[in-house]
Amino acid sequence: MSIKDPEAKKPGSGFSRRGFLQGVGVGGGALSTGVLENEAQAQTPANVISGETAITLQINGKPYKTTVEPRRTLLDVMRDQLDLTAAKRVCDRGTCGACTVIVDNKAMYSCTVLAIDAQGKKIETLEGIAQGRNPHPIVNAFVANDAQQCGYCTPGFVVASKAFLDRNPSPTFDQVKEGLGGNLCRCGTYVGIRKAVLEASAKLKGGR
Amino acid sequence: MPSYSWPEPEKRKIIGQRISRLDGLDKSSGRAKYPSDRNPQGLLYAVLLTSPHAHAKVRSIDTSAAEKMKGVTGVRVISKPGTEIQWAGTEVAIVAATSEPLARDAVRAIKVDYEVLPHFVREEDLSKVGARAKPAGEQITGDPEAGFKDAEVTSEGTYAIPVITHCCLEPHGAVIQWEGDKVNYWPSTQAVSTVANELARNLEIPATNVRVQMEHMGGGFGSKFPADRWHIESAHLSKASGGKPVKVFLDRASELTIAGVRPSHFAKIKMGAKKDGTITAWQSESWSTGGFAGGGMAPLPYVFNKIPNFRLNHTAVSLNTGPIRAWRAPNHPQASFLTCSAFEDLAAKLNMDPITFFEKNLQFTPRPDIYKRQLAKGAEMIDWKKNWHPRGQGSGVIRRGLGLGINSWGGAGHASKARTIIHPDGSVELEIGTQDLGVGTRTVLAMIAAESFGLPMSMIKVKLGDNQYPVSGPSGGSTTVGGVSSSTRKATINALTKLFEAIAPSLNTTPDQLEAIDGRIRVIGNPDKGMSWKQACQKLGVTPINEMGENDPKKPEGLNTAGAAGVQMADVTVDTETGRVKLNRLVAVQDCGLIVNPKTAESQVLGACIMSVCAALTEERVMDPQTGRVLNADMEFYKLAGISDIGEILVHMDITPENDKRGIIGLGEPCAIGGIAAIANAVANATGVRVPQVPLIPKNVLAALHGQGRNA
Repeated sequence: MSIKDPEAKKPGSGFSRRGFLQGVGVGGGALSTGVLENEAQAQTPANVISGETAITLQINGKPYKTTVEPRRTLLDVMRDQLDLTAAKRVCDRGTCGACTVIVDNKAMYSCTVLAIDAQGKKIETLEGIAQGRNPHPIVNAFVANDAQQCGYCTPGFVVASKAFLDRNPSPTFDQVKEGLGGNLCRCGTYVGIRKAVLEASAKLKGGR
Repeated sequence: MPSYSWPEPEKRKIIGQRISRLDGLDKSSGRAKYPSDRNPQGLLYAVLLTSPHAHAKVRSIDTSAAEKMKGVTGVRVISKPGTEIQWAGTEVAIVAATSEPLARDAVRAIKVDYEVLPHFVREEDLSKVGARAKPAGEQITGDPEAGFKDAEVTSEGTYAIPVITHCCLEPHGAVIQWEGDKVNYWPSTQAVSTVANELARNLEIPATNVRVQMEHMGGGFGSKFPADRWHIESAHLSKASGGKPVKVFLDRASELTIAGVRPSHFAKIKMGAKKDGTITAWQSESWSTGGFAGGGMAPLPYVFNKIPNFRLNHTAVSLNTGPIRAWRAPNHPQASFLTCSAFEDLAAKLNMDPITFFEKNLQFTPRPDIYKRQLAKGAEMIDWKKNWHPRGQGSGVIRRGLGLGINSWGGAGHASKARTIIHPDGSVELEIGTQDLGVGTRTVLAMIAAESFGLPMSMIKVKLGDNQYPVSGPSGGSTTVGGVSSSTRKATINALTKLFEAIAPSLNTTPDQLEAIDGRIRVIGNPDKGMSWKQACQKLGVTPINEMGENDPKKPEGLNTAGAAGVQMADVTVDTETGRVKLNRLVAVQDCGLIVNPKTAESQVLGACIMSVCAALTEERVMDPQTGRVLNADMEFYKLAGISDIGEILVHMDITPENDKRGIIGLGEPCAIGGIAAIANAVANATGVRVPQVPLIPKNVLAALHGQGRNA
C-alpha cells in the first residue's frame, strides 16, 4: 500500500493505516464522534516510504529512536521494539480500545496509527500516565473500585478515561457511559469503571 | 493435630473485609506483564497458516519459497499431505521469523493445494442436517404420557441459543524457549501446574524439564487449559533456531475461529401442568453442535430435575466448524435459558405470575427453601410487584417487561497443595502452583495467610503462577478458591504450629496454649504474656519453617463445599418499531458459602451478569454456508456489550451465618448462568411474544413481533 503526493514534504506525514482502511471501506478507529471527519479532512497523501526507516517517537516526553518498516503500527512498534507493553493488542483493527494512547491530546487506537505517521507527535501511554511520580487519579480509582479483572482491557480503559476526563473533568454518569463507549471488556468490569471515572473526577476537582 | 477450621466470624480480622486486589495497581498502571507482553532477548515471532476451507484434503504443500525469505528461521508443516481438514481455520503450517510482519510475509508464500470437499456448517434446522445428526437416544423418567394426560394446560415452544466464542482479550498463545534439554514456557493458561505434562508428552521430553511461569493472563473462561498445537509447534521452532525464544499468539480471526466456542442448543419443549400451576410432564427434543465432534445435551429440565414425568431426546450435530471448549458453566446457561423460557411460556398460558409458577414447582428442585428465599429477595430488588404485569399487557411502541432465570452449580475445591515458609526475620512466603485469572486469587490467599498469622497482609508474599511451586489444580468449574484457600489455610496453620512449638518453652507454656493475633504471639487468656511476631521468628535461629498444606477434595474437612443456587431477574424496555431491547436493570441474588473477599466476589458476579447481557443481547458466531467460514471472526461484528449497554446491575450475595458455616464455595460459574433466561423472559413479558432465539437483536425481535419467529 502506498499513496503518492508530490506536495508532501515531511516523510511519513499524513499517512495512516486508518486512512488506508477508510479507503477500502472499513470503519476507522476514532474514539469520539467527529474525530474521524476531522481527520479525513486533514488527510494529505504522503511520499512513498519503503524498507526499514529510522524514526524518532516522542513518547511520554522522551525520544525513542528505532527502525521500522512503514507498515508497522504504532502499537506493534511500542510493544515489539520499545518494550512499552501497557497498550494491548486485542482486535487489531480499531474496535476494542485495548491499545488506546493519547496522540496530541486526543485518544487514539494505536493499532490504527502507523508508527511512521506518529513522528513529531506528542504520544502519551499508560506508562507515562501511571508510572511517573505523580500518577493520574484515575489509576488508583480503578483499583479502589475494582474496575478490573483479568486486566487486559484495563490499560486501554485507563488511558481512555484519562483522555475523557481531560476533555470533560466533571462528567455526569450518562456522559461517562457515552464517553467510554469506544472500549470493550470481556470479564465485565464496566460497573467498577463507571464508578472509578466519577471518583477520579471528584478527586481532580479537589486537586490531586 | 491443630484445628484448621475457619476462625469464627466475630474473631476474623481480615477474612470478610472488602480488600482491593493486590495486583490492581500493577494492572491499572500497565506494569503487569502478561505472557503476550514478554520480550526476551532474541525473540522470534511465529505465525500460523490456517485453512481457508471448511472441509478439504491437503494434496500438497510447498514451503520452499517461504523458507528462503528474509528473517525466516523455520517453517513447519502441521497438516501434512493427505490430512483431511474438518473446519476452516485448521492449522496447516507455521513460520517463525525475526519479526511478525516477516513471518506473515512468509506465511503468504506457502503454497497449499487442497482438494476441496463439501462442507456443512449450520445446524439450526434439524430437518436439513441429514447424516450429520447423531441421535443420543431417548431418556424417560416416570410416565410422560400419563403426565400429559393429567395436565389441564399444555404449552409448546421452540427455543434456540447459538454458538458463542470465548473471545478472550489476550489471545491463546505463549512465549516458549527450547534451550538444550530444557523448555521455558510462558503460556496464557488456566493450568500452571498441569499444562507442562501435555507439552512434555508432545515434545517427547520429561515433564521435569518444562518450567511454566505466568504472572497474569488476559482471560480464559474455560478455553485455556491445553498446551495448544501452536505452542507445541513453536517449541520445535525455538529448538530449530538454536534455542531462541518464540512468541506465538493467535490473531483475532483465529482466536474466534479455532480457540474454542460454547455449543449451541436448540429445543422443542412441551410442558403440561395443572391449573394451579403444578407441572405434570416435560418433553424435549433438543439438538446442539460443538463442532465436528457434535455436542452433548444440556442438563434438561434444568434445576427442576425432579419433575415426575419426562421424556428427553437429544441429537448431536456434527459441523465443519471449530471445536468446543469448556465455557464458563458448561451447558448450564443454555439449559437455564431453555428451561426458564418454557416455564415462562407455560406460566403465561396459565395466566400466572412466573414467580408464583416457579414457587409452585420448587419441590422439583434440589433446594426449594433457598430458591424461595431468593425469588422473594430478587422480587424486592427489582420491585416486581410494582413493575410486573401479565404478558403483553403493555401498550404503545415502547414496552417494558420483567423476567427471571435461575442457576445452580457445584464449586467445591479442587486438589491443591501449598507451602508456607516463615523466615527467621519474620517474613512469610506462600508458594502455590495455582494461577490468578483476574478473579482475585492472589488477594484471597494473602488474606487467608494474614488471618492465620495475625499479621497485616503486607507481610505475606504470595508466590503463584509457577510449576515449581506445590501442585494446585487447573482453574475450571469454580474449583479454585475452595481448593487453594483450604490448602493455604492448612499450610499456614501447620507452619504456625511449628512456630508455637519453637517458642512455647521460652514462654513457659505449651504450643496449644498460644495464639497469633495483631502481630504478636501470646498465651491464650493472658494477652500480656507473649512476644512480637518478629521476636518469635528470631527464635528459629537460622532455619526457616517450611510447611505444606493440602486440600483433598474427598476430605475438605469443612473448609470448602459445593452447591450454589441463584436467581437473576431482568427489567427491559423493547422498542416494538425498531426491535431494540434496552436492559434497564439486572439483579442477581447469589447463594454462596464463606466469602473471603466480598469486594472481588461481587465483581465476579457483576462480571458474570455482564457476560449474560452479552449472550442475551449481542453475541452470536455466524457461519457462512457458502464459504464455510465464520462471518464475524472479529470484534466489529462479533459483538460484546459496551459500557452503555448494560443498564443497572445489582448484586445481592447471600452472606449469612448459616452459609458461612458451609465453608468456601466457588463463584465463577453459577452467576454466569441465569441472566440470559431472565432477559429473554423479560422481553417475552414486555412484548407478549416469545422471541425464540437469542441474541435478542432487532432482526430476531422484529421477526417474532411480525409473526415470523419459530413459535409464530
